[in-house]
Amino acid sequence: MQITPGAKEVLEAFQEVPESAKLELLLEYANALPELPAKYADHPELLERVEECQSPVYLFTEVDNKNVRVYLTAPEEAPTTRGFASILQSSLDGCSVESVLAFDDQFIESLGVTKLVSPLRIRGMHGMLNRIKRQVREKQHAG
Amino acid sequence: MPYSFDSNPDFQQYAYPEALVSTEWVDQNKGSAGLVIIECDEDILLYTTGHIPGAVKLDWHTELNHPVTRDYLSGADMAELLSAKGISRDDTLVIYGDKSNWWATYAFWVLKLFGHEDVRIMDGGRAKWIAEGRELSKETPQLPTTNYPVVVRDDESIRAFKEDVFDHFGKPMIDVRSPQEYSGERTHMPDYPDEGSLRGGHIPTAASVPWSKSVNEDQTFRSIDELNKIYRTDAGIEDSSDVIAYCRIGERSSHTWFVLKYLLGIPKVRNYDGSWTEWGSAVRVPIAKGTEPGPIPVVH
Repeated sequence: MQITPGAKEVLEAFQEVPESAKLELLLEYANALPELPAKYADHPELLERVEECQSPVYLFTEVDNKNVRVYLTAPEEAPTTRGFASILQSSLDGCSVESVLAFDDQFIESLGVTKLVSPLRIRGMHGMLNRIKRQVREKQHAG
Repeated sequence: MPYSFDSNPDFQQYAYPEALVSTEWVDQNKGSAGLVIIECDEDILLYTTGHIPGAVKLDWHTELNHPVTRDYLSGADMAELLSAKGISRDDTLVIYGDKSNWWATYAFWVLKLFGHEDVRIMDGGRAKWIAEGRELSKETPQLPTTNYPVVVRDDESIRAFKEDVFDHFGKPMIDVRSPQEYSGERTHMPDYPDEGSLRGGHIPTAASVPWSKSVNEDQTFRSIDELNKIYRTDAGIEDSSDVIAYCRIGERSSHTWFVLKYLLGIPKVRNYDGSWTEWGSAVRVPIAKGTEPGPIPVVH
Protein backbone atom coordinates (compact mmCIF):
# COMPACT_ATOMS: atom_id res chain seq x y z
CA MET A 1 0.00 0.00 0.00
CA GLN A 2 1.48 3.31 -1.08
CA ILE A 3 1.05 5.84 1.71
CA THR A 4 3.02 8.73 3.21
CA PRO A 5 5.24 8.50 6.31
CA GLY A 6 2.66 10.53 8.24
CA ALA A 7 -0.06 8.07 7.29
CA LYS A 8 2.17 5.18 8.32
CA GLU A 9 2.42 6.69 11.80
CA VAL A 10 -1.35 7.03 12.01
CA LEU A 11 -1.83 3.47 10.86
CA GLU A 12 0.64 2.11 13.42
CA ALA A 13 -1.10 4.03 16.18
CA PHE A 14 -4.46 2.55 15.22
CA GLN A 15 -3.08 -0.96 14.85
CA GLU A 16 -1.40 -0.83 18.25
CA VAL A 17 -4.54 -0.11 20.25
CA PRO A 18 -7.32 -2.63 20.88
CA GLU A 19 -10.70 -2.21 19.22
CA SER A 20 -12.16 -0.68 22.36
CA ALA A 21 -9.62 2.15 22.39
CA LYS A 22 -9.83 3.07 18.71
CA LEU A 23 -12.59 5.60 19.30
CA GLU A 24 -10.56 7.37 22.00
CA LEU A 25 -7.66 7.53 19.59
CA LEU A 26 -9.91 9.00 16.92
CA LEU A 27 -11.00 11.59 19.47
CA GLU A 28 -7.37 12.49 20.14
CA TYR A 29 -6.96 13.20 16.45
CA ALA A 30 -10.16 15.22 16.45
CA ASN A 31 -8.79 17.39 19.23
CA ALA A 32 -5.50 17.82 17.40
CA LEU A 33 -6.91 19.23 14.14
CA PRO A 34 -5.08 22.54 13.63
CA GLU A 35 -7.06 25.76 13.35
CA LEU A 36 -7.37 27.21 9.87
CA PRO A 37 -4.81 29.94 9.22
CA ALA A 38 -6.38 33.40 9.29
CA LYS A 39 -6.17 33.82 5.51
CA TYR A 40 -8.69 30.99 5.09
CA ALA A 41 -10.64 31.39 8.29
CA ASP A 42 -11.48 34.94 7.18
CA HIS A 43 -12.28 33.87 3.61
CA PRO A 44 -14.63 30.90 3.75
CA GLU A 45 -15.47 31.43 0.04
CA LEU A 46 -12.02 30.05 -0.83
CA LEU A 47 -12.82 26.73 0.81
CA GLU A 48 -14.45 23.75 -0.86
CA ARG A 49 -17.35 22.10 0.91
CA VAL A 50 -17.06 18.34 1.25
CA GLU A 51 -20.58 17.42 0.18
CA GLU A 52 -20.15 13.76 1.11
CA CYS A 53 -20.00 14.72 4.79
CA GLN A 54 -23.25 15.45 6.60
CA SER A 55 -21.47 17.94 8.83
CA PRO A 56 -20.08 21.14 7.33
CA VAL A 57 -16.55 20.14 6.40
CA TYR A 58 -14.45 22.47 4.26
CA LEU A 59 -11.02 22.07 2.76
CA PHE A 60 -8.40 23.91 0.82
CA THR A 61 -5.08 22.78 -0.60
CA GLU A 62 -2.04 24.71 -1.77
CA VAL A 63 0.63 23.42 -4.09
CA ASP A 64 3.90 25.21 -3.68
CA ASN A 65 7.11 24.04 -5.23
CA LYS A 66 5.80 20.50 -5.66
CA ASN A 67 4.74 20.35 -2.04
CA VAL A 68 1.16 20.13 -0.83
CA ARG A 69 -0.40 21.99 2.06
CA VAL A 70 -3.74 20.68 3.31
CA TYR A 71 -6.22 22.73 5.35
CA LEU A 72 -9.38 21.20 6.72
CA THR A 73 -12.06 22.39 9.09
CA ALA A 74 -14.89 20.46 10.77
CA PRO A 75 -17.20 21.45 13.64
CA GLU A 76 -16.49 20.41 17.22
CA GLU A 77 -19.98 18.92 17.50
CA ALA A 78 -18.91 16.34 14.89
CA PRO A 79 -15.82 14.79 16.48
CA THR A 80 -15.81 11.67 14.27
CA THR A 81 -15.70 13.71 11.09
CA ARG A 82 -13.19 16.03 12.71
CA GLY A 83 -11.03 13.05 13.63
CA PHE A 84 -11.04 11.81 10.04
CA ALA A 85 -10.21 15.28 8.75
CA SER A 86 -7.33 15.48 11.21
CA ILE A 87 -5.98 12.08 10.16
CA LEU A 88 -5.94 13.11 6.52
CA GLN A 89 -4.43 16.48 7.35
CA SER A 90 -1.57 14.95 9.29
CA SER A 91 -1.10 12.23 6.66
CA LEU A 92 -0.93 14.51 3.63
CA ASP A 93 0.14 17.98 4.74
CA GLY A 94 3.68 18.80 3.63
CA CYS A 95 3.96 15.82 1.27
CA SER A 96 4.95 15.89 -2.38
CA VAL A 97 2.39 16.17 -5.16
CA GLU A 98 3.35 12.72 -6.40
CA SER A 99 2.88 11.06 -3.02
CA VAL A 100 -0.52 12.71 -2.51
CA LEU A 101 -1.78 11.69 -5.96
CA ALA A 102 -0.47 8.14 -5.51
CA PHE A 103 -1.86 7.86 -1.97
CA ASP A 104 -3.76 4.59 -1.62
CA ASP A 105 -7.45 5.11 -0.82
CA GLN A 106 -7.43 1.76 0.97
CA PHE A 107 -5.61 3.51 3.80
CA ILE A 108 -9.03 4.55 5.13
CA GLU A 109 -10.25 0.97 5.42
CA SER A 110 -6.95 -0.18 6.96
CA LEU A 111 -7.48 2.00 10.02
CA GLY A 112 -9.80 -0.67 11.34
CA VAL A 113 -12.63 1.69 12.26
CA THR A 114 -15.06 0.79 9.49
CA LYS A 115 -16.97 -1.52 11.79
CA LEU A 116 -17.25 1.16 14.47
CA VAL A 117 -18.58 4.03 12.41
CA SER A 118 -21.34 4.18 9.82
CA PRO A 119 -20.65 3.66 6.10
CA LEU A 120 -21.70 7.26 5.57
CA ARG A 121 -18.75 8.46 7.64
CA ILE A 122 -16.32 6.31 5.71
CA ARG A 123 -17.76 7.68 2.50
CA GLY A 124 -17.30 11.17 3.91
CA MET A 125 -13.63 10.48 4.53
CA HIS A 126 -13.23 9.16 0.98
CA GLY A 127 -14.94 12.34 -0.18
CA MET A 128 -12.33 14.44 1.62
CA LEU A 129 -9.47 12.42 0.15
CA ASN A 130 -10.93 12.51 -3.39
CA ARG A 131 -11.39 16.26 -3.22
CA ILE A 132 -7.88 16.82 -1.89
CA LYS A 133 -6.47 14.76 -4.76
CA ARG A 134 -8.63 16.54 -7.32
CA GLN A 135 -7.55 19.98 -6.08
CA VAL A 136 -3.90 18.93 -6.12
CA ARG A 137 -4.27 17.52 -9.64
CA GLU A 138 -5.77 20.81 -10.81
CA LYS A 139 -3.19 22.94 -9.08
CA GLN A 140 -0.02 21.00 -9.78
CA HIS A 141 0.69 22.71 -13.09
CA ALA A 142 -0.59 26.12 -12.16
CA GLY A 143 2.09 28.66 -11.28
CA MET B 1 -43.45 1.16 38.81
CA PRO B 2 -43.08 4.09 36.44
CA TYR B 3 -40.82 6.83 37.67
CA SER B 4 -42.51 10.16 38.46
CA PHE B 5 -43.42 12.16 35.35
CA ASP B 6 -42.13 15.57 34.49
CA SER B 7 -44.99 17.93 35.32
CA ASN B 8 -43.49 20.70 33.19
CA PRO B 9 -46.51 22.70 31.95
CA ASP B 10 -44.87 23.10 28.53
CA PHE B 11 -45.41 19.41 27.86
CA GLN B 12 -49.11 19.34 28.75
CA GLN B 13 -50.04 20.57 25.26
CA TYR B 14 -48.93 17.24 23.76
CA ALA B 15 -50.95 14.03 23.51
CA TYR B 16 -48.52 12.06 25.70
CA PRO B 17 -46.68 14.55 27.93
CA GLU B 18 -45.17 11.61 29.83
CA ALA B 19 -42.98 10.81 26.79
CA LEU B 20 -40.95 13.97 27.38
CA VAL B 21 -38.73 15.25 30.15
CA SER B 22 -36.89 18.56 30.39
CA THR B 23 -33.18 19.08 30.93
CA GLU B 24 -34.10 20.53 34.33
CA TRP B 25 -35.95 17.34 35.30
CA VAL B 26 -33.01 15.18 34.22
CA ASP B 27 -30.61 17.34 36.21
CA GLN B 28 -32.73 16.92 39.32
CA ASN B 29 -33.44 13.22 38.94
CA LYS B 30 -30.24 11.81 37.47
CA GLY B 31 -28.62 9.14 39.57
CA SER B 32 -31.91 7.91 41.02
CA ALA B 33 -32.63 4.20 41.21
CA GLY B 34 -34.93 2.93 38.48
CA LEU B 35 -33.94 5.69 36.10
CA VAL B 36 -31.35 5.16 33.36
CA ILE B 37 -30.19 8.07 31.21
CA ILE B 38 -29.07 6.99 27.74
CA GLU B 39 -27.12 9.03 25.20
CA CYS B 40 -27.56 8.08 21.56
CA ASP B 41 -25.82 10.29 19.01
CA GLU B 42 -25.36 10.44 15.31
CA ASP B 43 -21.71 11.16 15.99
CA ILE B 44 -20.66 8.21 18.10
CA LEU B 45 -17.63 10.04 19.54
CA LEU B 46 -19.65 12.76 21.22
CA TYR B 47 -20.40 10.66 24.30
CA THR B 48 -16.66 10.24 24.86
CA THR B 49 -16.14 14.01 24.74
CA GLY B 50 -18.48 14.42 27.73
CA HIS B 51 -22.03 13.36 28.66
CA ILE B 52 -24.66 13.80 31.35
CA PRO B 53 -23.13 12.36 34.54
CA GLY B 54 -24.18 8.74 34.89
CA ALA B 55 -25.52 8.45 31.34
CA VAL B 56 -24.78 5.24 29.45
CA LYS B 57 -24.01 5.19 25.76
CA LEU B 58 -26.13 3.41 23.20
CA ASP B 59 -24.47 3.11 19.82
CA TRP B 60 -27.12 3.02 17.08
CA HIS B 61 -24.69 1.72 14.51
CA THR B 62 -22.82 -1.08 16.27
CA GLU B 63 -25.35 -2.07 18.93
CA LEU B 64 -28.91 -1.83 17.61
CA ASN B 65 -28.42 -3.43 14.21
CA HIS B 66 -28.00 -7.08 13.47
CA PRO B 67 -24.30 -7.55 12.65
CA VAL B 68 -24.93 -9.40 9.37
CA THR B 69 -28.52 -9.14 8.12
CA ARG B 70 -30.08 -5.74 7.53
CA ASP B 71 -32.38 -5.93 10.51
CA TYR B 72 -32.49 -5.11 14.20
CA LEU B 73 -31.30 -7.27 17.02
CA SER B 74 -33.28 -10.35 17.96
CA GLY B 75 -35.04 -10.51 21.31
CA ALA B 76 -32.18 -12.57 22.76
CA ASP B 77 -29.54 -10.16 21.47
CA MET B 78 -31.44 -7.19 22.82
CA ALA B 79 -31.80 -8.87 26.21
CA GLU B 80 -28.06 -9.44 26.29
CA LEU B 81 -27.28 -5.87 25.25
CA LEU B 82 -29.59 -4.23 27.76
CA SER B 83 -28.55 -6.59 30.56
CA ALA B 84 -24.90 -5.72 29.94
CA LYS B 85 -25.77 -2.03 30.12
CA GLY B 86 -27.51 -2.53 33.46
CA ILE B 87 -31.01 -1.81 32.19
CA SER B 88 -34.03 -3.59 33.68
CA ARG B 89 -37.38 -4.15 32.03
CA ASP B 90 -39.16 -1.87 34.51
CA ASP B 91 -36.58 0.93 34.43
CA THR B 92 -37.53 4.37 33.21
CA LEU B 93 -35.30 5.18 30.27
CA VAL B 94 -34.58 8.76 29.28
CA ILE B 95 -32.85 9.10 25.92
CA TYR B 96 -31.15 12.17 24.56
CA GLY B 97 -28.72 12.87 21.75
CA ASP B 98 -27.28 15.24 19.19
CA LYS B 99 -29.02 16.77 16.17
CA SER B 100 -32.40 17.53 17.74
CA ASN B 101 -32.65 14.05 19.21
CA TRP B 102 -32.63 12.51 15.77
CA TRP B 103 -30.87 9.32 16.93
CA ALA B 104 -32.43 9.42 20.37
CA THR B 105 -35.86 9.00 18.79
CA TYR B 106 -34.43 6.22 16.64
CA ALA B 107 -33.27 4.37 19.76
CA PHE B 108 -36.67 5.12 21.30
CA TRP B 109 -38.39 3.48 18.32
CA VAL B 110 -36.13 0.41 18.46
CA LEU B 111 -36.77 0.01 22.19
CA LYS B 112 -40.49 0.21 21.48
CA LEU B 113 -40.14 -2.65 18.97
CA PHE B 114 -39.32 -4.65 22.08
CA GLY B 115 -42.13 -3.08 24.03
CA HIS B 116 -40.07 -1.35 26.70
CA GLU B 117 -42.81 0.42 28.60
CA ASP B 118 -41.35 3.61 29.99
CA VAL B 119 -39.10 5.39 27.51
CA ARG B 120 -38.86 9.17 27.39
CA ILE B 121 -37.03 11.76 25.33
CA MET B 122 -35.16 14.67 26.91
CA ASP B 123 -36.55 17.64 24.99
CA GLY B 124 -33.79 19.68 23.33
CA GLY B 125 -31.28 16.87 23.62
CA ARG B 126 -27.58 17.19 24.10
CA ALA B 127 -27.36 20.67 22.59
CA LYS B 128 -29.82 22.17 25.07
CA TRP B 129 -28.10 20.53 28.03
CA ILE B 130 -24.78 22.03 26.92
CA ALA B 131 -26.27 25.41 26.00
CA GLU B 132 -27.61 25.67 29.56
CA GLY B 133 -24.14 25.07 30.94
CA ARG B 134 -25.10 21.90 32.74
CA GLU B 135 -22.52 19.46 34.04
CA LEU B 136 -20.77 17.05 31.68
CA SER B 137 -18.75 14.02 32.69
CA LYS B 138 -16.18 11.92 30.87
CA GLU B 139 -16.59 9.04 33.28
CA THR B 140 -18.22 5.94 31.83
CA PRO B 141 -20.53 4.45 34.45
CA GLN B 142 -20.58 0.71 34.93
CA LEU B 143 -24.04 -0.27 36.11
CA PRO B 144 -24.45 -3.72 37.63
CA THR B 145 -25.60 -6.20 34.99
CA THR B 146 -29.26 -7.11 34.98
CA ASN B 147 -31.47 -9.86 33.66
CA TYR B 148 -33.41 -8.16 30.90
CA PRO B 149 -35.97 -10.68 29.64
CA VAL B 150 -36.02 -12.01 26.09
CA VAL B 151 -38.89 -10.23 24.38
CA VAL B 152 -40.10 -11.14 20.91
CA ARG B 153 -39.68 -8.13 18.65
CA ASP B 154 -42.98 -6.72 17.41
CA ASP B 155 -42.57 -5.98 13.71
CA GLU B 156 -46.26 -5.27 13.14
CA SER B 157 -47.41 -2.29 15.17
CA ILE B 158 -44.87 0.42 14.51
CA ARG B 159 -42.70 -1.01 11.75
CA ALA B 160 -43.51 -1.20 8.04
CA PHE B 161 -41.83 -3.26 5.35
CA LYS B 162 -41.66 -2.74 1.60
CA GLU B 163 -44.63 -5.07 1.12
CA ASP B 164 -46.66 -2.97 3.55
CA VAL B 165 -45.94 0.11 1.46
CA PHE B 166 -47.47 -1.59 -1.60
CA ASP B 167 -50.63 -2.20 0.40
CA HIS B 168 -50.58 1.35 1.66
CA PHE B 169 -51.09 3.37 -1.54
CA GLY B 170 -54.06 5.65 -1.07
CA LYS B 171 -53.28 6.20 2.61
CA PRO B 172 -50.98 8.93 3.98
CA MET B 173 -47.26 8.54 3.59
CA ILE B 174 -44.64 11.04 4.67
CA ASP B 175 -41.20 11.42 3.17
CA VAL B 176 -39.13 13.19 5.82
CA ARG B 177 -35.94 13.67 3.77
CA SER B 178 -34.72 16.96 2.38
CA PRO B 179 -36.59 18.48 -0.59
CA GLN B 180 -33.61 17.64 -2.85
CA GLU B 181 -33.75 13.98 -1.92
CA TYR B 182 -37.52 13.97 -2.39
CA SER B 183 -37.45 15.45 -5.87
CA GLY B 184 -34.67 13.15 -6.98
CA GLU B 185 -32.16 15.93 -7.66
CA ARG B 186 -28.58 14.92 -7.25
CA THR B 187 -25.57 16.92 -6.27
CA HIS B 188 -23.58 15.28 -9.00
CA MET B 189 -19.96 16.20 -8.79
CA PRO B 190 -17.51 14.69 -11.25
CA ASP B 191 -15.86 11.56 -9.79
CA TYR B 192 -18.24 11.39 -6.83
CA PRO B 193 -20.86 8.75 -7.37
CA ASP B 194 -23.87 8.74 -5.10
CA GLU B 195 -23.76 5.32 -3.51
CA GLY B 196 -26.84 5.60 -1.31
CA SER B 197 -29.39 4.18 -3.72
CA LEU B 198 -29.62 3.46 -7.40
CA ARG B 199 -32.55 5.72 -8.25
CA GLY B 200 -33.59 9.16 -7.05
CA GLY B 201 -37.06 10.42 -6.19
CA HIS B 202 -39.76 9.39 -3.72
CA ILE B 203 -42.45 6.79 -3.16
CA PRO B 204 -45.49 7.88 -5.22
CA THR B 205 -48.18 9.71 -3.19
CA ALA B 206 -45.82 10.47 -0.27
CA ALA B 207 -45.98 14.03 1.04
CA SER B 208 -42.73 15.86 1.59
CA VAL B 209 -42.40 17.01 5.20
CA PRO B 210 -38.72 17.27 6.18
CA TRP B 211 -38.31 15.96 9.72
CA SER B 212 -36.52 19.09 10.95
CA LYS B 213 -39.67 21.16 10.49
CA SER B 214 -40.84 19.76 13.81
CA VAL B 215 -38.06 21.28 15.89
CA ASN B 216 -37.16 24.76 17.09
CA GLU B 217 -33.79 26.48 16.84
CA ASP B 218 -32.89 25.27 20.34
CA GLN B 219 -33.66 21.69 19.20
CA THR B 220 -36.78 21.35 21.34
CA PHE B 221 -40.02 20.20 19.73
CA ARG B 222 -42.32 22.82 18.24
CA SER B 223 -45.56 23.74 19.95
CA ILE B 224 -48.62 21.61 19.34
CA ASP B 225 -50.22 24.42 17.33
CA GLU B 226 -47.26 24.55 14.99
CA LEU B 227 -47.12 20.76 14.71
CA ASN B 228 -50.84 20.58 14.00
CA LYS B 229 -50.39 23.08 11.19
CA ILE B 230 -47.46 21.15 9.67
CA TYR B 231 -48.91 17.66 9.87
CA ARG B 232 -52.69 18.02 10.11
CA THR B 233 -53.48 21.17 8.12
CA ASP B 234 -50.70 21.05 5.53
CA ALA B 235 -50.03 17.30 5.19
CA GLY B 236 -53.63 16.19 5.79
CA ILE B 237 -52.96 13.74 8.63
CA GLU B 238 -55.97 12.99 10.84
CA ASP B 239 -56.45 11.00 14.04
CA SER B 240 -57.98 8.20 12.02
CA SER B 241 -55.10 8.14 9.52
CA ASP B 242 -52.94 5.10 8.99
CA VAL B 243 -49.53 6.70 8.36
CA ILE B 244 -46.18 5.40 7.12
CA ALA B 245 -43.08 7.60 7.44
CA TYR B 246 -39.77 6.94 5.75
CA CYS B 247 -36.41 8.55 5.06
CA ARG B 248 -33.10 7.05 3.93
CA ILE B 249 -32.53 4.27 6.46
CA GLY B 250 -35.33 4.89 8.93
CA GLU B 251 -33.61 7.18 11.41
CA ARG B 252 -34.97 10.61 10.51
CA SER B 253 -38.41 9.04 10.08
CA SER B 254 -38.24 7.69 13.65
CA HIS B 255 -38.17 11.31 14.72
CA THR B 256 -41.31 12.10 12.73
CA TRP B 257 -42.87 8.85 13.96
CA PHE B 258 -42.30 10.05 17.54
CA VAL B 259 -43.80 13.46 16.79
CA LEU B 260 -46.90 11.99 15.15
CA LYS B 261 -47.51 9.28 17.71
CA TYR B 262 -46.54 10.84 21.02
CA LEU B 263 -46.92 14.57 20.50
CA LEU B 264 -49.92 14.65 18.13
CA GLY B 265 -51.39 11.39 19.37
CA ILE B 266 -52.07 9.74 15.99
CA PRO B 267 -52.72 6.11 16.98
CA LYS B 268 -51.50 4.31 13.86
CA VAL B 269 -48.08 5.39 12.63
CA ARG B 270 -45.42 3.07 11.29
CA ASN B 271 -41.81 3.68 10.36
CA TYR B 272 -40.61 2.09 7.12
CA ASP B 273 -36.97 1.48 8.07
CA GLY B 274 -36.03 -0.01 4.70
CA SER B 275 -36.75 3.51 3.46
CA TRP B 276 -35.14 5.00 0.39
CA THR B 277 -32.01 2.85 0.48
CA GLU B 278 -34.29 -0.13 -0.11
CA TRP B 279 -37.04 1.43 -2.24
CA GLY B 280 -34.62 3.42 -4.42
CA SER B 281 -32.67 0.28 -5.27
CA ALA B 282 -35.44 -2.29 -5.55
CA VAL B 283 -36.46 -3.69 -8.94
CA ARG B 284 -39.82 -2.74 -10.48
CA VAL B 285 -41.06 -0.51 -7.70
CA PRO B 286 -42.85 2.68 -8.74
CA ILE B 287 -40.97 5.95 -8.18
CA ALA B 288 -42.11 9.55 -8.55
CA LYS B 289 -39.73 12.37 -9.39
CA GLY B 290 -40.09 16.10 -8.87
CA THR B 291 -41.82 18.14 -6.20
CA GLU B 292 -45.33 16.65 -6.57
CA PRO B 293 -46.37 13.50 -4.63
CA GLY B 294 -47.64 11.92 -7.85
CA PRO B 295 -50.69 9.67 -8.48
CA ILE B 296 -51.38 6.28 -6.97
CA PRO B 297 -49.32 3.92 -9.12
CA VAL B 298 -50.60 0.87 -10.92
CA VAL B 299 -48.80 -1.94 -9.17
CA HIS B 300 -47.93 -5.07 -11.15
